[in-house]
Amino acid sequence: MGSSHIIGIEDGTAYFLVTSAKIAVMFGVVMITVAYTTLAERRVSAFIQDRLGPNRVGPMGLLQPIADGLKNLLKEETLPASASRLYFLLGPMLAMIPALVTFAVIPFAAPLPTPWGVVPMVIADVPIGVLYILALSSLGVYGVVIAGWASNNKYAFLGGLRASAQMISYEVGLGLSLIAVLMLAGNVTLTEIVSRQQQLGIWFALPLSLGFILFLICAFAETNRLPFDMPEAESELITGFHTEYSAMKFSMFFIAEYAHMLTASALMATLFFGGWDLPGTWDDMYMFQGQLISGFGANGAPIAATLTVWKSLATFLGFALKTGFFLFLYIWIRWTLPRFRYDQVMELGWKVIIPISLGYTMVLAATMLTLYEAGVEYGFTFGLVLSVVSGLCTLGFVFLLDKGGTIGGAASGKKVTFEQEIL
Amino acid sequence: MDSLIYFVLASVTVGGALGVVFGRSPIASLLFMIASLGSTAGIYVMLEAHFLAAIQIIVYAGAIMVLFLFVIMLLNLGHDYKRDIRGGLAILFAFGVTGGIGGLLASRVMPEGTLLLNSYPTGVSIDTEIAEKGIIGVIAEPLFNEYIVAFEFTGVLLFVAIVGALALAKRSD
Repeated sequence: MGSSHIIGIEDGTAYFLVTSAKIAVMFGVVMITVAYTTLAERRVSAFIQDRLGPNRVGPMGLLQPIADGLKNLLKEETLPASASRLYFLLGPMLAMIPALVTFAVIPFAAPLPTPWGVVPMVIADVPIGVLYILALSSLGVYGVVIAGWASNNKYAFLGGLRASAQMISYEVGLGLSLIAVLMLAGNVTLTEIVSRQQQLGIWFALPLSLGFILFLICAFAETNRLPFDMPEAESELITGFHTEYSAMKFSMFFIAEYAHMLTASALMATLFFGGWDLPGTWDDMYMFQGQLISGFGANGAPIAATLTVWKSLATFLGFALKTGFFLFLYIWIRWTLPRFRYDQVMELGWKVIIPISLGYTMVLAATMLTLYEAGVEYGFTFGLVLSVVSGLCTLGFVFLLDKGGTIGGAASGKKVTFEQEIL
Repeated sequence: MDSLIYFVLASVTVGGALGVVFGRSPIASLLFMIASLGSTAGIYVMLEAHFLAAIQIIVYAGAIMVLFLFVIMLLNLGHDYKRDIRGGLAILFAFGVTGGIGGLLASRVMPEGTLLLNSYPTGVSIDTEIAEKGIIGVIAEPLFNEYIVAFEFTGVLLFVAIVGALALAKRSD
């Protein structure tokens, strides 16, 4: 089966062709997934509210996204008389671009063997992986803020202001919760994070459970999804920053939001649920001294990995399933939880998430240092000890937040009055 | 190819910087500044300093500029019917301060010529360092070993500054 040469930048034309193909395919897949996530949102919300949802266009409403797209393309574009034209146009563009380019660094399957060489299943394996994603997601807010400002409408303006304040607040928490992953993986490249999870034998969600929960909360806030959709908040601000937008420009904000969701879901799958890694060791493969290996033999010698097309396909399917689950979680939570009040969002960000993630980082660092000092090698036992420590932290975190006795329920003996509930 | 990319990035950097000064509205200035910061990050990438590039975007373009935007919007600046900068004296003052800082920098760097480049230990190629410690280790190791005291003190200094700013802001009520 072909050569085992990994196609890299030194291959010139081959690399260029392969990368162009990957970009084209990825762009198509992301756009189609985004379109169908909008349909999924409407169908799942209907299911949760015991309705039917859109089911007229095509079988089971499957062609609805195409109808929506056509409608948005043909609708009239409006431009408010007092809006600044340039920035009004710039807003949707600035919102959409960062949402789409983030996907470039996420590895989505095991390396694919072809007759011309091994193709890594990631568009750009940049050496700063996670930081690249943080950098681009922090740029995403400009679209929202500029749009809100340019509309020259007080509701849109308030939406933009809220977006900027919320993004800055939760970015700190997001970064701090990521430190847990970076400490355990010892690297920032996403492919390396996936391979470190294979070597550990446990996906990071268990050894870093509290880190995962904090990351999940911050990711919801960063994507402006309910219960954190302050910039939109249709019961307070009409629809916030995109009040004045219509037709395709409105659609671009919509696409940006869902693309952000998709990226965040893929990121959660990659950082905490092993990325394309499937349970068991049969699909494990990672780089060791320039060679793809599947592990070490009893004598410590590296075993060369066997690449097959089926492995790549199966791992891609695994990755898609994990990402799909988190997309579903986004929708599920949106139609289950009510929106926070603005001051509650800020309080949660600054007074809960940041101190707790700081403390958790210290606990984790101390545990890992103790383990390394005690001579425990990076492996299954290492992960197990960390899982126990993190599990205890998570329990503490959950009960700390549980002021109203939601988890303890009636057994907690707390009597919650209406006044306490709304405080 | 490399020099072409470099010239594009460099002209965007300089053009953006000029745009910040000559932009008519504060929002335009801000966007020019983001463009300038972004292409500076691009130049960092060309120098193989990926980490610096990422930090440049995260800290400056992603956080500080968002705060600037927040303040511009909160103060409701950027109308064409009234100027945001008051009087010629303020402009003169701004030019004086920036000129002073620029002069100070030039006087520090100029005499030794390539002062910054020479401070890196001779004989050690940056490439072997990166291969050995990874792209972040090259920065993290000196920061947390050699310069740990200075690093921590900078942190304390910034913290004190924040507390001081809060105390000053709260005093009015």
